[in-house]
Amino acid sequence: MGEFKVHRVRFFNYVPSGIRCVAYNNQSNRLAVSRTDGTVEIYNLSANYFQEKFFPGHESRATEALCWAKGQRLFSGGLNGEIIEYDLQALNIKYAMDAFGGPIWSMAVSPCGSQLLVGCEDGSVKLFQITPDKIQFERNFDRQKRSAVHKMLVDRQYMGVSKRKCIIWGVAFLSDGTVISVDSAGKVQFWDSATGTLVKNHLIANADVQSIAVSDQEDSFVVGTAEGTVFHFQLVSVTSNSSEKQWVRTKPFQHHTHDVRAVAHSPTALISGGTDTHLVIRPLMEKVEVKNYDAALRKITFPHRRLISCSKKRHLLLFQFAHHLELWRLGSTVATGKNGDTLPLSKDADHLLHLKTKGPENIICSCISPCGSWIAYSTTSRFFLYRLNYEHDNISLQRVSKMPAFLRSALQILFSEDSTKLFVASNQGSLHIIRLLEGSFKHLHTFQPQSGTVESMCLLAISPDGNWLAASGTSAGVHVYNIKHLKLHCTVPAYNFPVTALAIAPNTNNLVIAHSDQQVFEYSIPDKQYTEWSRTIQKQGFHYLWLQRDTPITHISFHPKRPMHILLHDAYMFCIIDKSLPLPNDKTLLYNPLPPTNESDVIRRRTAHAFKISKIYKPLLFMDLLDERTLVAVERPLDDIIAQLPPPIKKKKFGT
Amino acid sequence: MAALEEEFTLSTVPLGAGPNGLLGVEQSDKTDQFLVTHGGRTVILYKVSDQKPLGSWSVKQGQIITCPAVCNFQTGEFIVVHDNKVLRIWNTEDVNLDKVFKATLSAEIYRIHSIQGTEPLVLFKEGAVRGLEALLAEPQQKIETVLSDDEVIKWTKVFMVFRHPVLIFITEKHGNHFAYIQTFSSRTLSKYTLFHGQEEKSVIQNFTASVDRKFISLMSLSSDGCVYETSIPIHPRDPDENQRVVRSLLLKTVVAGNARSGVALTVLDQDHVAVLGPPLPASKECLSIWNTKFQTLQTSRELPQGTSGQLWYFGENLFMLHGKFLTVIPYKCEVSSLAGALGKLKHSQDPGTHTVPHFVNWETSRGYGFGSQNSEQSKRILRRRKIEVNVPPPAFEQLLSTIKKDSEKDIEVELCKFLAVKRTPDFHTIVGDIVLELLGRHTTEPSFYPRNSLMQLIQTHVLSYSLCPGLMEAALEKTDVQMLQLCLQQFPDIPESITCACLKLFLSISDDSLQETEINMESVSDCSDPVQEKMDEQTEILQNGFNADEQNCDSCDRKLNQKPQDAAEETTSCPVVPKRAALLNAILHSAYSEMFLLPHLKDIPAQHVTIMDWICLLLDANFTVVVMIPEAKRLLLSLYKFVKSQICICSELNKIEVSFRELQKLNQEKNNRELYSIEVLELF
Repeated sequence: MGEFKVHRVRFFNYVPSGIRCVAYNNQSNRLAVSRTDGTVEIYNLSANYFQEKFFPGHESRATEALCWAKGQRLFSGGLNGEIIEYDLQALNIKYAMDAFGGPIWSMAVSPCGSQLLVGCEDGSVKLFQITPDKIQFERNFDRQKRSAVHKMLVDRQYMGVSKRKCIIWGVAFLSDGTVISVDSAGKVQFWDSATGTLVKNHLIANADVQSIAVSDQEDSFVVGTAEGTVFHFQLVSVTSNSSEKQWVRTKPFQHHTHDVRAVAHSPTALISGGTDTHLVIRPLMEKVEVKNYDAALRKITFPHRRLISCSKKRHLLLFQFAHHLELWRLGSTVATGKNGDTLPLSKDADHLLHLKTKGPENIICSCISPCGSWIAYSTTSRFFLYRLNYEHDNISLQRVSKMPAFLRSALQILFSEDSTKLFVASNQGSLHIIRLLEGSFKHLHTFQPQSGTVESMCLLAISPDGNWLAASGTSAGVHVYNIKHLKLHCTVPAYNFPVTALAIAPNTNNLVIAHSDQQVFEYSIPDKQYTEWSRTIQKQGFHYLWLQRDTPITHISFHPKRPMHILLHDAYMFCIIDKSLPLPNDKTLLYNPLPPTNESDVIRRRTAHAFKISKIYKPLLFMDLLDERTLVAVERPLDDIIAQLPPPIKKKKFGT
Repeated sequence: MAALEEEFTLSTVPLGAGPNGLLGVEQSDKTDQFLVTHGGRTVILYKVSDQKPLGSWSVKQGQIITCPAVCNFQTGEFIVVHDNKVLRIWNTEDVNLDKVFKATLSAEIYRIHSIQGTEPLVLFKEGAVRGLEALLAEPQQKIETVLSDDEVIKWTKVFMVFRHPVLIFITEKHGNHFAYIQTFSSRTLSKYTLFHGQEEKSVIQNFTASVDRKFISLMSLSSDGCVYETSIPIHPRDPDENQRVVRSLLLKTVVAGNARSGVALTVLDQDHVAVLGPPLPASKECLSIWNTKFQTLQTSRELPQGTSGQLWYFGENLFMLHGKFLTVIPYKCEVSSLAGALGKLKHSQDPGTHTVPHFVNWETSRGYGFGSQNSEQSKRILRRRKIEVNVPPPAFEQLLSTIKKDSEKDIEVELCKFLAVKRTPDFHTIVGDIVLELLGRHTTEPSFYPRNSLMQLIQTHVLSYSLCPGLMEAALEKTDVQMLQLCLQQFPDIPESITCACLKLFLSISDDSLQETEINMESVSDCSDPVQEKMDEQTEILQNGFNADEQNCDSCDRKLNQKPQDAAEETTSCPVVPKRAALLNAILHSAYSEMFLLPHLKDIPAQHVTIMDWICLLLDANFTVVVMIPEAKRLLLSLYKFVKSQICICSELNKIEVSFRELQKLNQEKNNRELYSIEVLELF
């Protein structure tokens, strides 16, 4: 199959932000997750838990509360005191409105979904009417002496709990009048709201119980503790056929090492997230009808998009962080070896550049040109383009000023293979093409979005010959533009699952598309149809183990000399698909890490199939081909992330 | 929980009243058969379960039986002594005692002891003991004198200890008591002086004894009404020396202090004694069962026609004179358990109930034989009730049609006829149907409440809550506490909500209306003086705890020990009248599960909480005793050891965990390669 020298990179010092809030939307089966840096991510639970949208964070906009209202409208409140509504189509902030109560700590929607309540630092609770395109302040509730630090899930302030030095971290008001509170003393308490009396008390942790979420049926709820434990409570009958029911703590789960700051309860799963940055989705076995791979636990740690770009020509890697970019030059070796060898370095990797953003906004996307001479990145409100000059070992950076007004915010940036063109997907749904000249640029064309749609394009791919540009949003099909004639060439038929990666093969101009359900399609742009190979694999179906992978493919590339090869990777494997080989069926061993030993070539050929998989590098954030025989793999070991988190509450496994 | 079952009379022939009427009751070699020796001339062999004599033997006119007849368990023969010195030995085939084997001895016999596993032992009035075989081999052998002048035997008993008999007898001389222990394994006779302790003035009236491995526990009932216990070693360290043993108080005032006659005491088992005598100076004589461990009165039975101060206990039967008749009261004691103390263990109080299924028995309904012994049993029950069996059986349908339209009186008559018929295997379902029919008419016709019929049906002992749902609800509606009490005692499957509803009713019903109702006071019978039902007397009986060591007792015990006159002021004193207490007792004895009862208990109104607290306090006090009894020490000790070893294991596990973590760290460091490397990868 081939031998590669692999640049194994572990110096991408990326640490995801801790999860602050999660909000589950039953209607669309989507999950909104806010992180401590203000980022809000939208996961589509129906599409294999794919992170299909995200809203970049902002330094001053720490999100403390998140909720869905009126079907699919998403609101958040945070420490800057503003209520924000997100535009889920254009992927930007619709508006921000000051609640005038100081930092917002809690937020809830009335059961009918038409009113929004926020609990503010000054102790006031403010009621807003949700109008079709905005929210309108309606009334202010009596302010309490102490600040409203507890969550309000319904429109009534509950004052029954007042143990000194005990903070109520969350409350839930059930329709039968039961109030459930979770507090800093490790208790889950059930109260009768009519009399204000404590009905039941569960001491579940030695540390704070920080979050609570109740299922829609109100027959089950989940709480998260600072010890990283998640407890499931269920309303069960006292005897097998009696109508009398009581709340029973049924299952504890320990999937986190740190505080579980937020929990959510979908009809079929418990969802939790916290300081350890993992989003954990734990399906409830009794609620899962088909015991397939969907019933497995999901742990999502890394974003489902690329944070790394690469300059093949100069062996450069550009790392994207929330507020800065890092440019590294890979080292080199002259040695050779056999499989598994670590080669002595003749030159180590260099950290060339640390580029800090200006302003409080997080970087949305970034890219380095294949020649290594250009770097572009974008925040919510500004687009930056830099020209890099290399003089021996020195590099100089020059910002290209006077960016045109339409280039304000980009969701995706891509350079053409020859680094003469820049393609920018803006959040208005338009695609800009810019010609790069030595130190300056020229706007060539803008593809306006299809009439009637405002969906933003998140993924771009350019053919190596520079003639075709493919662009994809989150739901509609992939559009292919002809760059020569500056017009839409075709649209690949829409598929049920979002696109996770796109690439156009050299020479053949076949567009390879990976979807979140792990399907891979090959579409011939010149022929405007799926290729024969794509039809064959669709007919035969992918190997079941391939379909059961739980991270999406985030990057696709091609071998310049081997047109039959497609290189792709997710977080836990790297695969070369050799289209010339037979496809594996479910009885074939998909992943065979062992080299053939004494077996004859015949057996080897007979068992060989198209998918050549390597699981050596994980978690794999980026992998690309630098040249015919060289690969670069960027790993981010979980232990390195944990090492940068605050120490967890130490818990003895065996209590003494 | 100790319980007395329904009593029955053995002999229909009246005996002479008083101690002379009855000489003794002894076991025979067949179970259920007992030898009853009448004062005078007659010995009768009874089959107790059938209440019928199997044989009767008399000595000649002019002769007089001086010692109760016994059975030689090794040969099956009966032995009796007449005229102090003459032994007669016979078996069941013999008719005339005058013609059976006769042996005249040289000394006067006090008592012949016969127990399983050994030959009969003959105790002479002068204190000598002989085995029967040796005596019969040489009847005229010389019998030595053991006792001094004026020393007379008052009481004697024999035990088997390690397969050897041990005989104890108590003598009295000038008001002093002595105990002699005769062992046959080592042929030693040891003598002990019973030291009375502080209660010098009291006169010992009755003895009983039980045996442990090394000690004979001798209990005596004194004229002050208290039971004292004396431990006498079986194997003394120095047999020749006259040793003194001190008695200690075991139970305080179990009978009225001034009772002159009719007082008796017998050990039932390790923890229970039966006491015969009047509990209060003015009251009638009673048979009471006391738990010596908890010092609580378990149960008692009034004997209004008086008794003789004689009490025998064999197997499961207590024998005593009631008036002029020999009466048998079966005694049952289930093993004490916390469940029992909590009332979660249902015990059947009446004979016959345990063999008749409480629930529908599908096996029998399908026609599998109900068993001849069961029909025999039911026959016996019928006989005991003295119900005429020869009434022609009316059809079940006829009874149902009577229920539908006729008056309550007619129904009662028909029901009597129906119940008199021999029971069929599906009797319980039929009874359930009858009750449902009656209740059905009650709901359509609220004035119709056939109380007597319902009571009669409940007393068939075959009903359960599930067989007649609605019965207790109807009784609750009618505030029929008597029926509720009966249901609580009888039904094994009452839902906790109903139990709680009964509790609420029992607590809220006024004392005046209670006064008018007829309530079964058996469970608290000795606590109530029919003349004056004062609270303080209540507490005196109910709190019959005492503590030998006043200084060491904790506050809880002190509370229980308080003098009666203070008790009335205490909130912890019994705040209920005896009738209500009897009702509450029925609740405590019913089967319930705490988990299901608690939600309903919350609804108890505030004014009744004092009573609930008091009941809880009583239960708590019992549990405190449970934890503090010596037997619990071992359990607590092993619990402590177990917990300690658990802690040890946990701490070792923690150490192992830390070591593993260190190893893991080392491992990681090894795996943790450089931040950057170039490697060779070959894909196959």
